[in-house]
Amino acid sequence: MVQQVVFILIAIFTLGMALGTVISRKLFHAALFLVGTFAGVAILYVLLEAEFLAVSQVIVYIGAIATLIVFAIMLSRSMMDKESGAVNKQWWAAAGGSVLLFAALALLLSKVPFATTSAAVPDDTIAKIGSQFVGVYVIPFEVVSVLLLVAMIGAIMLARERHG
Amino acid sequence: MAIPLTWYLILAAALFCIGFYGVLARRNAVPILMGVELMLNAVNINFLAFWRYVRPEEPVGQVFAIFVLAVAAAEAAVGLALIISIYRTRKTINVDRIDLLKG
Amino acid sequence: MDLSSLDLRAIGAWFHNLLMGTGMSAMLVQFIESLVGALLLLIFGLTLVIFLIWLERKLAGRIQDRLGPNRVGPYGLMQTMADALKLLTKEDVTPFDADRVTYNLAPALAVFHVIMALAVIPFADQVIAADINVGVLYLMAVGAIGSMAALMAGWASNNKYALIGGFRVVAQLLSYEIPLVLAMLIPVLVTGTMRMNGLARAQGDYLGLGWFVWTLPLAFIIFFIASLAEVERAPFDLLEAESEIVAGYNIEYSGMKFAWFFLAFFMNSWVLAAIGATIFLGGWQGPFVDQIPALGVIYFFAKSLFLFVVQAWVRTTFPRLRIDQMMSFCWKFLVPMALVLFGFVAIILKLHLPSPWEGIILLLSNVAILLVGLSFLGRSQRKAVYASKRAFTPTIPRM
Repeated sequence: MVQQVVFILIAIFTLGMALGTVISRKLFHAALFLVGTFAGVAILYVLLEAEFLAVSQVIVYIGAIATLIVFAIMLSRSMMDKESGAVNKQWWAAAGGSVLLFAALALLLSKVPFATTSAAVPDDTIAKIGSQFVGVYVIPFEVVSVLLLVAMIGAIMLARERHG
Repeated sequence: MAIPLTWYLILAAALFCIGFYGVLARRNAVPILMGVELMLNAVNINFLAFWRYVRPEEPVGQVFAIFVLAVAAAEAAVGLALIISIYRTRKTINVDRIDLLKG
Repeated sequence: MDLSSLDLRAIGAWFHNLLMGTGMSAMLVQFIESLVGALLLLIFGLTLVIFLIWLERKLAGRIQDRLGPNRVGPYGLMQTMADALKLLTKEDVTPFDADRVTYNLAPALAVFHVIMALAVIPFADQVIAADINVGVLYLMAVGAIGSMAALMAGWASNNKYALIGGFRVVAQLLSYEIPLVLAMLIPVLVTGTMRMNGLARAQGDYLGLGWFVWTLPLAFIIFFIASLAEVERAPFDLLEAESEIVAGYNIEYSGMKFAWFFLAFFMNSWVLAAIGATIFLGGWQGPFVDQIPALGVIYFFAKSLFLFVVQAWVRTTFPRLRIDQMMSFCWKFLVPMALVLFGFVAIILKLHLPSPWEGIILLLSNVAILLVGLSFLGRSQRKAVYASKRAFTPTIPRM
């Protein structure tokens, strides 16, 4: 009961922040709403007993991605908000499509009976994640590390100012 | 458990649709990127919810959520670099106006 | 009085029993306990800051051949209170066209993130608000919120100096977070736990020689330097370099909102010192701590205050770095050293040596990496000096 109330509160907070992100006219505010959404999702992860993911979510999303976005917004401060209108001509179609998609998904999800278990989370989950990264999933893990490296180099090459 | 799995899934669906709307409706490239991040977050909630409620003894869902996290970080870095680069050459990041191929 | 019964855990157990005795549900009891614990931490943090500010000002005064605060109260102890009162009575200014909500939210977030960090610091054995199994990572996550607060303040102030301060925050805090995390992860690698209490407990062997500052001195040095940068202290106080950007991101703040930033700054320094004391100096470990658990509190505070004093000492004696020096010192010196050390420690741990030998080998590898790193640093420094001399010699003054 208490958990359900907590869940609903967090859900309202997260969705409200997410709506703020896509609706807000000022880009900086949108970025701050985005940070709020990430924080709400991190709390959801705590409710799901995935503490490691919750902390990683805060480090990666708030500490890196959101900061990067805010940084980009600050760098191009003057011209970001000048464009008239935050949304394009097809916004009503996008809104309608999104609502329809949500309705369809919600209907579908509430109809499907999922085979859930009430087993507890084992204590050594983090150790298991670590050993799976260097065991079963070693190739995806290495590919992701290469991806990060390539992304870093690519970002530097793209964003660098060319002289002469 | 006190919270049904369906609640998490519906919340994730709602978050995904909000992100979807952001991607489709915004003019500016930065909020579009934010919409993509929201959608990735929704995906992660699903991964973790299924991990917790279906197979909590095998942290496969968490492993994939971490992969998504890494990909999201790479995507944000490259995406923002692209936006800044486009801004430098075109003096706008309004995606309606970035239509060079239209001729 | 029997000293061995003097245990902080007993107070917690007594409080728990008291609440359970009133017939409330277990969940409500847990909620009330968490609330009381959080309030205690908050009050403790705020009181500690009053003392820390006095300590730092007194120290800075002595080091700079002044007396420091000595008028209000004995030894000037009440000076901070007087300053706080003064700041409370000041006019609360919001700059024209500032982003109001963000502007007011930023100081609150700045304090919030430091108080959040107090939750995982073990004051004595198991006297810890939340001994979560990702303690070290949690600290980094909380730190990320801090840089967000500084960014928000810099943006919302509608002031170009504040904005530049905000940019510098991103550059500095994000860069130095990497060596900080790597240095903190090395003891985690050795002990195999991310719990803060577990890290302190693992350093109990050999009467203090088991502290990681002895077996992993290089990790400690990297941690300490990076923590100086994380708390924005000299020589890394470019965020508030008064000769360049006036005061950094908090330039427009006045009155109590400024006091909040000030408070967050001092508390953050102490929190970083406490983290260093826990991870590298054994935390609450010390002689007779097994017999009398309450001694742990004294040891912990002695160690963390010692690190705080060293921070203040460095701050008062070192000149400020230039921004390019600051960045290249991080990326070209601290990060590679931390990475190399991380790799070496991982390899040494895989050898599974017997207990004292492992520590000795770790120490030797640390010293070796430090020496190699320093020789590289010295070489590049000499090169830079030569280059600057060559650049200056051709300008012969005309007769």
